[in-house]
Amino acid sequence: MIELFVISTLNGVLFGMLLFLMASGLTVIFSMLGVLNFAHASFYMLGAFFGFQLSRWVGFWPALFIAPLLAGALGAAVERFGLRRVHRNGHVAELLFTFGLAFAIEEIVQIIWGKSPVDFRIPSALDFPAFTIFSTNYPAYKMFMLLVSIAIFAGLLLVLKKSRVGLIVQAALTHPHMVGHLGHNVGRIFMLVFGVGTALAAVAGVIAGPALVTQSNMAALLGPILFVVVVVGGLGSLPGAFVASLLIGLIQTFAVSLNGSFASAFGPLSPDYAQTWLADIWGVTVAQIAPIMPYVLLVLILIFRPMGLLGTRET
Amino acid sequence: MTEVTSSVAPPYPAFSEKLKFYAIWVFTALILLVLPKIFSSGGALTTFSLIGISIIFSLSYNILLGQTGLLSFGHAVYYGLGGFLVIHAINIISANKLPIPLPLVPLIGGLTGLFFAALLGWVSTQRSGTAFAMISLGVAELIASSALILRTFFGGEAGISANRTKLFRVLDWNFGPQIQIYYLIAAWTLLAVIAMYALTRTPLGRICNAVRDNPERVQFVGYDPHVVRYLAFCFAGFFAGIAGALAAINFEIANSAYLGALQSGTVLFSTYIGGIGYFIGPIVGAIFVTVLSLSLSDLTPVWQLYFGLFFIAVVTFAPGGLTGLLMMHRPLLKGGTLGQILPSYLIALIPTLALVTGLVLAIETIVHHTVNPGDDPNIKAFGMSFNASSPITWIIALFLIVAGSVAARLAWRRLAQAWDNALSAAHERGYHA
Repeated sequence: MIELFVISTLNGVLFGMLLFLMASGLTVIFSMLGVLNFAHASFYMLGAFFGFQLSRWVGFWPALFIAPLLAGALGAAVERFGLRRVHRNGHVAELLFTFGLAFAIEEIVQIIWGKSPVDFRIPSALDFPAFTIFSTNYPAYKMFMLLVSIAIFAGLLLVLKKSRVGLIVQAALTHPHMVGHLGHNVGRIFMLVFGVGTALAAVAGVIAGPALVTQSNMAALLGPILFVVVVVGGLGSLPGAFVASLLIGLIQTFAVSLNGSFASAFGPLSPDYAQTWLADIWGVTVAQIAPIMPYVLLVLILIFRPMGLLGTRET
Repeated sequence: MTEVTSSVAPPYPAFSEKLKFYAIWVFTALILLVLPKIFSSGGALTTFSLIGISIIFSLSYNILLGQTGLLSFGHAVYYGLGGFLVIHAINIISANKLPIPLPLVPLIGGLTGLFFAALLGWVSTQRSGTAFAMISLGVAELIASSALILRTFFGGEAGISANRTKLFRVLDWNFGPQIQIYYLIAAWTLLAVIAMYALTRTPLGRICNAVRDNPERVQFVGYDPHVVRYLAFCFAGFFAGIAGALAAINFEIANSAYLGALQSGTVLFSTYIGGIGYFIGPIVGAIFVTVLSLSLSDLTPVWQLYFGLFFIAVVTFAPGGLTGLLMMHRPLLKGGTLGQILPSYLIALIPTLALVTGLVLAIETIVHHTVNPGDDPNIKAFGMSFNASSPITWIIALFLIVAGSVAARLAWRRLAQAWDNALSAAHERGYHA
């Protein structure tokens, strides 16, 4: 039991940190530009596929740096030449633009790399068990993922709290108009923030690619969970996104490792009901409903705390 | 008070205007009646049926997006649940030999949509804007994932099917042949379109517009925007349920794809491409997108990419959609200055076509090299034959894209200038939009 608890906690924190790598970019972009980047998970996917392709050409370690740079440059270009233009047509048009972009990116990835998963392997330098805990080998690559995401988290915190750019970004989170009035080049800040945000998502993609499945539907699978994180944490709240990421990471990981169901708790259902929908609910295990846990959490949060865990804004 | 009303309210419509208004609907009904006589092939009937379903679905979506300003990413939930309930209803009705004919069954789908919209809507519509969009997405994922868990009701991956011909009969129609299904769908489409048009003319429809434009002001006037959004959400769910029911009757099957994100995305695409600013917009969009997706899928394997790029182009360059583009020309047409801009249009057309051709060439060449690299490099796409592996194709494609985009920029700028001139000329002639 303790073994399960420790391993699940480690995996949960890891998944949560990966989520936060993406959610942080999404939150900052949303707060500054007022647009929810629907294509954010697509940049995570692009990061994974760029990482895969580059690691074939130049090896994993250079790919870890080049792939996010490429994806970030692409993101900045999207902001500069796409979103800025659409901005005139209002927020709905901006959101729809990123929606169409997500759709197109998925199609393009399918055309180039196909629909089936690609063979993105863990680099051999990290392909060994890091430590053995209760007879379970914990892979070193997972520890590496955890370290990278924590390092980026610390770096992000440092930049946001200590640097001049961070101050401007922080100010723009709450008072975007005032920042513009103070004479900062808001357009360039927006482009920079968009580029950095998408690059962070791409970093998550490169390090998650070998551990999870690198496939053309990975954006569609992760995207909705990302939005749940942002809403549950509170729109535009960076600490909220952090708490929500960890919460959802832990909930999902623990749910997957639990095998209980009503049937195992209260004994099998009487055979009279075997053919009805009640049997489905009775027999389903916690692990099977793990995918819908984030959405249940979303609905609960909306009922009891509509502005999100740490959110302050009503809209 | 009476004086204020009489000065603000538009004059009571004259008899001829009323006649014109009703004539449009009668004319539409006549067209729907004779359409299968003109295009009688099986493929055409299927297409018309799909278009009818899509029209109801898109219009119901526009109650949210166009009328109330609610961007939903999960409208297919109500469509899908309506479809599933109808399949179950048909099975129950035919098993128990209940005296309910098939033409009444879509109402069951509508009521299902209404029920679930009423159930899920109260939480979803608490907030508008981006928050609502994300909540609708979360709720849609919740329902779509649950559908795969509740296997006995939703039938898992395979879905559930029913036989529509075994129901209680009136007029000796068994609804086996597609032509009878066409008339069923056409009748429901006409009914639903009239009902949804009427909805936009009610005080509720008007207050929905107000909530879209300025919710704060609506609150000051004494309405609760949340309640208004909730009511609009319920109506949208009702009509989406009818559309889903008709789809289920048409295919005699309902599966989890009905509820999925792709279905929600498609209705969003067709509504927005048609134009959300006018009542007729979603109808245009539904026809356009259905025909486009059917014909493009014959032409190229990557039609969804073209579709996505087209959608991005509409969002970027024509936020009013196709209808918005057409309606822009109304003041020019009425002012009689439309002829002035036609030459500029023709000039702008050439580089735009070149740009599009270059893009198509590039995409098709890339597709050829990644999807089927071993095949014959001489390929044909959209009526153009070319060699996908020769460098000349690459050079031509690159040239067309670069030169086309530069020239198109200049030509469209010229067109904008000509447009302004024509518009001010129209104003000078005394016509004001």
